[in-house]
Amino acid sequence: MKTRRDFIKISTAGAGAAAISFKAFGSKGFGLFESKTEGPVSDEDLTPYPTYCEVCFWKCAAWAYVDKSGTIRKVVGNKNDPHCNGRLCPRGTGGVGMVYDEDRLKTPLIRDTRKDGTQYFREASWEEALDKVADKMKEVKEKHGPEAFGLFNHGTPGGHFHHLLRAYGSESNAEPAFANCRGPRSSAYFSTFGAYVGSPECTDIRDTKCLVLIGSHLGENMHNSQVQEMSDAIDNGATIITVDPRFSTAAAHSNHWLPIKPSTDIALLMAWIHVLIYEGLYDKDYVEQYTFGLDYLKDHVKNMTPEWAYGITTIEPEEIRRTARAMADAAPAVIIHPGRHVVWYGDDTQRGRAMAILTALLGSWGKRGGLYFPEGVSVPAYPHPHFPEPKWTWKDWNEDRYPLATMGITTEALKASIPRYNYKHQLKAWLVAGTNLPLSMPDKPLFKEAADSVEFIAVMDTMPMDITGYADVVFPEATYLERYDVIRSAANREPNIALRMPAIEPKYDSKPGWWIAKQIGERLGLHDYFNYDDYSEVIDWQLKQLGTSLEEMKKIGVKKYPRKSGPLYLGDGENFDFNTTTGKIELYSVDFADHGFDPIPNYTKHPEPPQNFYRLIYGRAPMHTFSRTSNNPNLSDLMSENSVWVNPKVADLWELKNGQEVWLKNQDDAITSFPVKVRVTERIRWDSVYMVHGFGHKNKKLSRAFGKGAADTEMITNVAVDPIMGGTGMRGNFITFLTEDPALEGKEVKA
Amino acid sequence: MRYAMAIDTKKCVGCGDCVVACQTENNVPHGYCRDWIVERVDGTYPSLSLEFRSERCNHCDNSPCVRCCPTGASHIEEGGIVTVTHHKCIGCGACIQSCPYDARYSHPEGYVDKCTFCLHRVQKGQNTACVDVCPTKCLHFGDLDDPNSDVSLAIKDRSWKVLAPEAGTKPQLYFLT
Repeated sequence: MKTRRDFIKISTAGAGAAAISFKAFGSKGFGLFESKTEGPVSDEDLTPYPTYCEVCFWKCAAWAYVDKSGTIRKVVGNKNDPHCNGRLCPRGTGGVGMVYDEDRLKTPLIRDTRKDGTQYFREASWEEALDKVADKMKEVKEKHGPEAFGLFNHGTPGGHFHHLLRAYGSESNAEPAFANCRGPRSSAYFSTFGAYVGSPECTDIRDTKCLVLIGSHLGENMHNSQVQEMSDAIDNGATIITVDPRFSTAAAHSNHWLPIKPSTDIALLMAWIHVLIYEGLYDKDYVEQYTFGLDYLKDHVKNMTPEWAYGITTIEPEEIRRTARAMADAAPAVIIHPGRHVVWYGDDTQRGRAMAILTALLGSWGKRGGLYFPEGVSVPAYPHPHFPEPKWTWKDWNEDRYPLATMGITTEALKASIPRYNYKHQLKAWLVAGTNLPLSMPDKPLFKEAADSVEFIAVMDTMPMDITGYADVVFPEATYLERYDVIRSAANREPNIALRMPAIEPKYDSKPGWWIAKQIGERLGLHDYFNYDDYSEVIDWQLKQLGTSLEEMKKIGVKKYPRKSGPLYLGDGENFDFNTTTGKIELYSVDFADHGFDPIPNYTKHPEPPQNFYRLIYGRAPMHTFSRTSNNPNLSDLMSENSVWVNPKVADLWELKNGQEVWLKNQDDAITSFPVKVRVTERIRWDSVYMVHGFGHKNKKLSRAFGKGAADTEMITNVAVDPIMGGTGMRGNFITFLTEDPALEGKEVKA
Repeated sequence: MRYAMAIDTKKCVGCGDCVVACQTENNVPHGYCRDWIVERVDGTYPSLSLEFRSERCNHCDNSPCVRCCPTGASHIEEGGIVTVTHHKCIGCGACIQSCPYDARYSHPEGYVDKCTFCLHRVQKGQNTACVDVCPTKCLHFGDLDDPNSDVSLAIKDRSWKVLAPEAGTKPQLYFLT
């Protein structure tokens, strides 16, 4: 049995805290202690204000509890909210840290130049900062047309600026959430089922008998209601099958863990399809009634046997058969989870297609325990004039490329910003709202060149994220706990809406996103698009159209509505028209064939790490969201830096010790800006390393996060672009270890 | 009455939500915590097992921290909850040394602090903050003397273990395995 020293404590208690106690004695001496820190406050002495969380995109509804001094003491989930069922995840619970992070952006900032030519940020008034952005927007409109003003956005704040830019005449917007994250899934599921899986995804995990996770690490990504339902599924005895080269948390809770060789997932999926078809295990009635192309598919996978896949994936043929049969046994209550961050190898839409096809063969789309039909509440738009028609939009950057993209592609937006790419439609200025592009985008040199090329960048954020360093004007946004915002109306089993209202006044000189967008709009003569003094008027008007009011929503936070679109699931044999070319679920994609893409997925071999290099796999930690939370005082307390996971065999080879700091170098000689600690663990394959995304911040103003850990995106210089929708495959990068500080290389170091 | 907690290691994902919820509920200063996560990996790739445990004070029936406290600051409340009366504590740290679970820490203000099983909530019939927040519902709290309490039902048909049973402290955290 291992001793307790072998345990790794993630948090900060125990031995560490005991050591700190000596300091306390030293400064205070022995004696009786009066408690200065206030202890727990009874809930009756706190006032709850409704909100929905903005620490991640799940947007769980919650109550912010404010004490008599006007301090938010805690944030607790709304029990009536299907996104969280009264239980926030660690990030939501720690959301209060976003408000009280002393490193927040506090005033508007304007880039200025000193006499010696060096640049700096000076504090500015709102008046001056807003004028500057509005003047630039007028100038760009005159010189290049409004379309040349682009928007990068994420989350709720982006919506207000999307509205502003539409009113101004631009639809040149892109968000990393598409091409750098879930885009391939959208294109794959839409081409197969004529529908999207949405957010939260319409996975009926609660009632499933078999949950299949392909690289999806639920439990490390805290997609709240899904993690909750996975826990319910464990209670219900569901079979969990996890495919991952890493022994993820989900893998540890699985009945079957398939430790696949990275980049070979499509081979496994096609072999599963082979087994279902050739063992006659697929849902024959369902496939007959609802799908198109079984004969093509059957012929296509004829030779894609488990034995064939074994040579590619390293998964034993019997295990492939066993797991395929487990899915068929559970069908239709089986979920091939569509995943979320799915930009891996550049053939990601095809992998999504293989998952969608498998779903169809199991007859689980539209079935209890499979994928349900979600329904949302359509919130009416607050009255405003029609938006002007732009001469070109984000679609036109792509010209003939990526025909099945459904949203703006961020990397295309960057290229459209760089004159040497000679795009027909070019961006001259950017607004960036709620996304930290330098850490969220791969291919940093491309980002830097684009940022250097544009005439003007305005950034809105709550924190001095790395992106602010590229800005000409920085707007300090109030956090989600200090502002009104758009009504949340994500589709779910039960249609519902949630209210976000300020729990406290904005701290410092920060302002809500809606206010900033309106102020710029007013300066551009767009008052009719912002015809209100306070956003609460918009919300109240919308709520009244929905049969409620701001007054009522302030008391309940979340309101549910009866479904109008029909039942959650398909009835047995019920007629159903799918929104695809054939009106059926397309096992063979007519659309793909028309565009010259494989109508049925094929496995493609991807490059493997060269000698002494290891594939970089990255992912999430449950207490962090992207690079957004690394400086949050509550959450950095739980995890203050990332580490690079190394298999013990590899560690032996390199003589790496647990906790040792190394720099990483990739196949293109890119080196991490900061060292990162090694974590020697059996949980990762010997041909790969793993890092949690979102660390290695370079802005010194982030006092907790600066220089802590390394940024995986610095190592992602090779991007495998998905020809179907422009997704940026990021898992084809290989790293090696530098045990000496690369900054000292070649320099004489005195001992 | 005997308050206790069960932690379902088959469901815990080690997210640390219990830690943050405790910090905000009990105003625990940054850099300290009353509960924490332990991750334990056994085996060799790919034959592996992984256990997450949400740990805190075991509120032992036979609690060495209470016995060794020279001032009576560490004491046992109704239902077996072990707490520290801050203004009686001289910060000598004997209890920290005596605890086999590393469950106590010195608060920066000098006194010793630890999990209270959210006494202020439990007295009102509420659950502890960590139990209420846990997204996987892997934490169960209640009175072991009540056969229908959440904790009694949780351990009824499951195998469980306690930590460091050899210390003889009769700990009251039950880890379901």
